[in-house]
Amino acid sequence: MNGEHFSPRLAARRRNGTIFKWLCFGATIFAIVMLVILLVDVTSDGLRWLSIDFLTRYPSRIPARAGIKSAILGTLWMMGLTASISFPLGVGAAIYLEEYAPANWFSRLLQTNIANLAGVPSIVYGILGLTVFVRFFGFQRSVLAGAATLSLLVLPVVIIASQEAIRAVPRSLREGAYGLGATRWQMIRHQVLPVAMPGILTGTILSLSRAIGETAPLIMIGALTFIAFPPTSPMSPFTVLPIQIFNWASRPQADFHDLAAAAIVVLLVILLAMNATAILLRNRLRKQL
Amino acid sequence: MRGRIADSLVASDLTPHGKRRLVEGSINGVLFLCGLVSVLTTVGIVVVLITESAGFFREVSIVEFLTGTQWSPMYSDQQFGILPLLNGTLIIALGSSLIALPIGLGSAIYLSEYASEGVRKRVKPALEVLAGIPTVVYGYFALTLITPVIRTVFPGTGIFNAASGAIVVGIMIIPMVSSLSEDALSAVPRSLRAAAYGIGATKVEVVTRVVVPASLSGVAASFILAISRAIGETMAVTLAAGATPRMTLSFLESIQTMTAYIVQVSLGETPHGTLEYRTIFAVGLVLFVITLLMNLLSQQITRRFREQYE
Amino acid sequence: MSDHALETRDLSVFYGDTPAVKSITLTIPSRRVVAFIGPSGCGKSTFLRAFNRMNDLIPSARVTGEVLFRGLNLYDPTVDPVEVRRRIGMVFQKPNPFPKSIFDNVAFGLRINGFRGKLADKVEESLQQAALWDEVKDRLNDNALGLSGGQQQRLCIARALAVEPEIILMDEPASALDPIATGRIEDLIRVLRENYTIVIVTHNMQQAARVSDLTAFLYVGELIEYGETEQLFTNPREERTEQYITGRFG
Repeated sequence: MNGEHFSPRLAARRRNGTIFKWLCFGATIFAIVMLVILLVDVTSDGLRWLSIDFLTRYPSRIPARAGIKSAILGTLWMMGLTASISFPLGVGAAIYLEEYAPANWFSRLLQTNIANLAGVPSIVYGILGLTVFVRFFGFQRSVLAGAATLSLLVLPVVIIASQEAIRAVPRSLREGAYGLGATRWQMIRHQVLPVAMPGILTGTILSLSRAIGETAPLIMIGALTFIAFPPTSPMSPFTVLPIQIFNWASRPQADFHDLAAAAIVVLLVILLAMNATAILLRNRLRKQL
Repeated sequence: MRGRIADSLVASDLTPHGKRRLVEGSINGVLFLCGLVSVLTTVGIVVVLITESAGFFREVSIVEFLTGTQWSPMYSDQQFGILPLLNGTLIIALGSSLIALPIGLGSAIYLSEYASEGVRKRVKPALEVLAGIPTVVYGYFALTLITPVIRTVFPGTGIFNAASGAIVVGIMIIPMVSSLSEDALSAVPRSLRAAAYGIGATKVEVVTRVVVPASLSGVAASFILAISRAIGETMAVTLAAGATPRMTLSFLESIQTMTAYIVQVSLGETPHGTLEYRTIFAVGLVLFVITLLMNLLSQQITRRFREQYE
Repeated sequence: MSDHALETRDLSVFYGDTPAVKSITLTIPSRRVVAFIGPSGCGKSTFLRAFNRMNDLIPSARVTGEVLFRGLNLYDPTVDPVEVRRRIGMVFQKPNPFPKSIFDNVAFGLRINGFRGKLADKVEESLQQAALWDEVKDRLNDNALGLSGGQQQRLCIARALAVEPEIILMDEPASALDPIATGRIEDLIRVLRENYTIVIVTHNMQQAARVSDLTAFLYVGELIEYGETEQLFTNPREERTEQYITGRFG
């Protein structure tokens, strides 16, 4: 009847559909396959160097005697300091933006600015840290300078994640507190923050797991690549795992490459632990609600 | 404090008294300062880059800097043309886009339109893991696995080559493209899909002729953000792509990106305050401006896209 | 058989285990307007969507029974729903033009179905049939989203008409429109009836009375009464029908 005007070619169209679907599936699988290859490659290269000695020795020019003790301690110091700086600043800014800031152009500017900062290349933060913290404030090439720089780097992430967590707190909770005569800060401290805290912590942990892998800004700060002692104070010179990895990977000898792989495995394990904690926290949060 | 209820109420009974007001006010102030840190960061970046670059441009003309095709600040024949570094950065950006954009979009389409809930639940965390791997690890991967493979397929490729860096940077930004594009695809209302099905369209036609075109600006914004990230990438290209600034279109040669150059100078012995040292800031400024413009563009596109569906 | 456009036999639709449509048997005659009325949630939209297999798109939906179109059961495993939907068109409650030009909206169905004539002529013909041509003929390349609600809905009708369906299903086509636009849609339905079979779901009883030849009253998934519109509204056979049309519930 009306079929004469159309040639629907259903079989061909369906076939194209199947091809397309498999192409998209292939794209999805590609990324996963790459991930697996990467992990297998790193683990197989580095496995023979992984040992307790490796974790407890300092770097050395002789591969057989090299270890990452200074790098791990430096990383721990760095994470601790970065967290101590970025957490209060980030959460404070998030509380301000969500609870106190008037809805004017300045607040909007603040918000846009934070979004932009999240996209600035990390090496630019390194340039900033070098000029402001190392030279201007005179922190020299210390853990403190590194932590301050990394704090600025992760601050936008902490702020945005904390804002989302605070925004998710239901209105009814706030209105209930106000209704009883609480001041704004009382309401925030006793009602909003406890409920938002798991989300805030999750965001903070995730931002720290980003910071832990950062290399470029710390190179600019002057984190050294051959350190044979642990940091003793925030003003100590230091090195971190990623920099040790970079240093070993840059060398031509294959042994150092494998040492780099071993250090990568340690770094990835630490990252895995951090992310697992963050996910556990998120799930606990979901159960609560 | 006020234990008894007054017989009559005056306005001052209801205004916050001294101590409370002080506490509230100071908290407001402290929190405001926290927010100000981000402003100070931006101001700091801009001021540092511009003032130090100003010192640089007092000795090197901007025109020479932006149009010169030789970059050799450390050699006796000093040349300050940034184009080779830009070339290197753009080659990496181009190569990584060729990988990440189609694959990222393809996987976004699959996850958003075809995949079951179970598949989605397993694939998305895996992509997040990919995104969380530190860039120095990608650099190692490029150097020790990708480069040997490339050299087997294309004998004559240098130990340091742009292709290796571009490939791993591409892999690195796939999750970003995938996740943001997926958001854009999901935002397309069901009613549009229903309309297309209602006319007798097959699934692939609904996806490719209605859903993807409708989400194009969101997808484009994700592309721009990912490219911006590739431009700012440092460690992978430093380890794998080389330290040879040159004008080339070949992926098989060693090049140098803007970011790798900055790292190179930092690792070296260049004394602070010299012209050579100030190149860091001039190059950093160019890098900052490029990524800033791209991020702003992406935000603009996203805003216009959101207006369309809200 | 050729007098019947569509016939359902014991048609049931389940969402998971919940029945939304319970074993309905009725016949839609050709070139008539049939209205489905009933309180919200009674299954009339689900029933309508069973005719062009749109329920297939909902994963939890399950259909039993038969829908016969020209003697063929549309739910036969060999039937391709894509082909069904070209021949049985649909207009939705909220106008949903594609974010493309007016021309491309109408041409979309033609292109994917391999139309063998001149695209521009067919687009014009469809827009004429939908009583929209005069308003848009000078701006066919403008984005369809710039049209008013009523115009968008007529565009959606033109889009459906372009692929030459025999039956047009309309799911509350005017409920999102203002009274004037609604009137134009209703006029259009009366004109279209000469060439197409139209099944319309509406929650507006006056609209059903104005526009349809036959009316079916559904309640909680069941067919309560089905007959000539005038008779159903002035002298219903079933008590529940009378209660509904006099506003006792729903």
